[in-house]
Amino acid sequence: MSAAVSPAPRRGWSFRRPSVIPGFGLTLGFTLTYFSLVILIPLLALAIRSAGLGPEGFWKAATDPRVLGSLRVSFVTALIAAGVNVVFGTLIAWVLVRYRFPGRRIFDAIIDLPFALPTAVAGIALTAIYAPNGTIGALFAPLGWRIAYTPSGIVIAMIFIGLPFVVRTIQPILEEVSHEVEEASATLGASRFQTITRIILPSLTPAILTGFALAFARGVGEYGSIIFIAGNIPFVSEIAPLLIYIRLQEFNYVGATVIATVMLLLSFALLFIINLIQAWSRRRYGYGN
Amino acid sequence: MATKLRARRHRRVSPTSESRPVQWLLIGIALAFMAVILLLPLYAVFHEALIKGIGAFFAALGEKDAQAAIRLTLLVAAIAVPLNVVFGLAASWAIAKFEFKGKAFLITLIDLPFSVSPVISGLVYVLLFGAGSFLGPWLKSYGIEVLFALPGIVLATIFVTFPFVARELIPLMQDQGTGDEEAALSLGANGWQTFWRVTLPNIKWGLLYGVLLCNARAMGEFGAVAVVSGKIRGQTTTMPLQVEMLYNEYNAAAAFALASLLALLALVTLVLKTALEWRFGDEIAAAAKH
Repeated sequence: MSAAVSPAPRRGWSFRRPSVIPGFGLTLGFTLTYFSLVILIPLLALAIRSAGLGPEGFWKAATDPRVLGSLRVSFVTALIAAGVNVVFGTLIAWVLVRYRFPGRRIFDAIIDLPFALPTAVAGIALTAIYAPNGTIGALFAPLGWRIAYTPSGIVIAMIFIGLPFVVRTIQPILEEVSHEVEEASATLGASRFQTITRIILPSLTPAILTGFALAFARGVGEYGSIIFIAGNIPFVSEIAPLLIYIRLQEFNYVGATVIATVMLLLSFALLFIINLIQAWSRRRYGYGN
Repeated sequence: MATKLRARRHRRVSPTSESRPVQWLLIGIALAFMAVILLLPLYAVFHEALIKGIGAFFAALGEKDAQAAIRLTLLVAAIAVPLNVVFGLAASWAIAKFEFKGKAFLITLIDLPFSVSPVISGLVYVLLFGAGSFLGPWLKSYGIEVLFALPGIVLATIFVTFPFVARELIPLMQDQGTGDEEAALSLGANGWQTFWRVTLPNIKWGLLYGVLLCNARAMGEFGAVAVVSGKIRGQTTTMPLQVEMLYNEYNAAAAFALASLLALLALVTLVLKTALEWRFGDEIAAAAKH
């Protein structure tokens, strides 16, 4: 009976499910055209240029000592910064979600400052603070620890721009963690410390890993906030994005393309890992973002 | 009242929370970290901007190149943001209102620019339009300059701000479903009427939220624009680039004066964004995530 009224089921493959709403062709067509023109074709230009080098030429350019040095600086500093952000970002997310104190909502809003503040502004401000005569730089200068114009400065800038990624990834998950499991844990005789380390932290692990990966990826690609504070000495404090910029200034497009391709491949690998973590988290804990 | 008091006293000894001193210790560490990492730089911008007095501050802003940089930044945002809004509306309509193959992949693709370093976002346009490319010399023969000119700056800005509006609208429109639109259509509205009178009012706060974030990034973008601009003083320097040039010329006070305008923009963005989240939290999808 119902089969008589409903339209005959379409057999085989169909691109889209029928709908009464108009505009599918127009909106999807515009979306794909605009995406292709602005994002896809430019990225393909990069891929074609580096493919044109051939594997040997590519390998030679990618293993140039200065290129490897800059990649090492970028990745090591981004790893350290993401590590610091995971520790403090988790603590901040915990404090903002679980405790009530005056000014909590203001501090919650301030977390997004690095998203809103232009990176060049952050860069010169951080340099002013951590230079040997700056507010914080002056505290460490007598100890012989220079922060600005060294890799430590790069880490500071990456902590600044990466912090919201960690906090904003953990916060919604922490809000979802059910109080009941904590109560159950407490009634079964666990101390508060045991409840936190054995119940709460494990369920936060996917979010913490995702936040770490996001902050790390952002740190590796970051340019504006770092170049002012870094000192930019090759092999010591020269980051990979800066080396791309320098190669471009020298009209060495091949050199720039190779570094960019290596960085893109690495960040796509990271993106893939993030997606894996989230898929695993959805299976294991029933949520993820 | 009495129950509330009792509840509060009860919470203090709750086995599912920490003791008060531990709480205050953790709050203290978290706020101290935020103060040093986030608030101190913000304070430093305004402090350094006014270090030579208010007169020097306004003199730096009134300078010819600074004015040109401000105008260019506003112009670039005025072109890039509306284009990304149109894209965001089209993409979210196609993705949220229809079921089709490859949708999840398309959503992933839209986020792609966020995982590309800003310098690379600029580089791809240099490869596409620069010397040795096919397009650059061809356009040049028609008198169109892309690199080291306005079109290049706009393109690089569009690239880095591409996902903002779409990724805010897609989850929001997916949550809202297609019921309202189907009702409007069955009552005789045509497609455009449905969009303007039904869909747009439903998503206006989310759209504004996306525009806010998109605009902040568009006006503040540095790395991508630095690569394509050529930094011709007074012509292709946006505000962030002008800040860099002044700073590298050891004119720190003027650099910070211009930077303080950008910091002000960031603060206004944060305040509006927070106000939207508080007031219209349920009409904004990705309030806590971007």
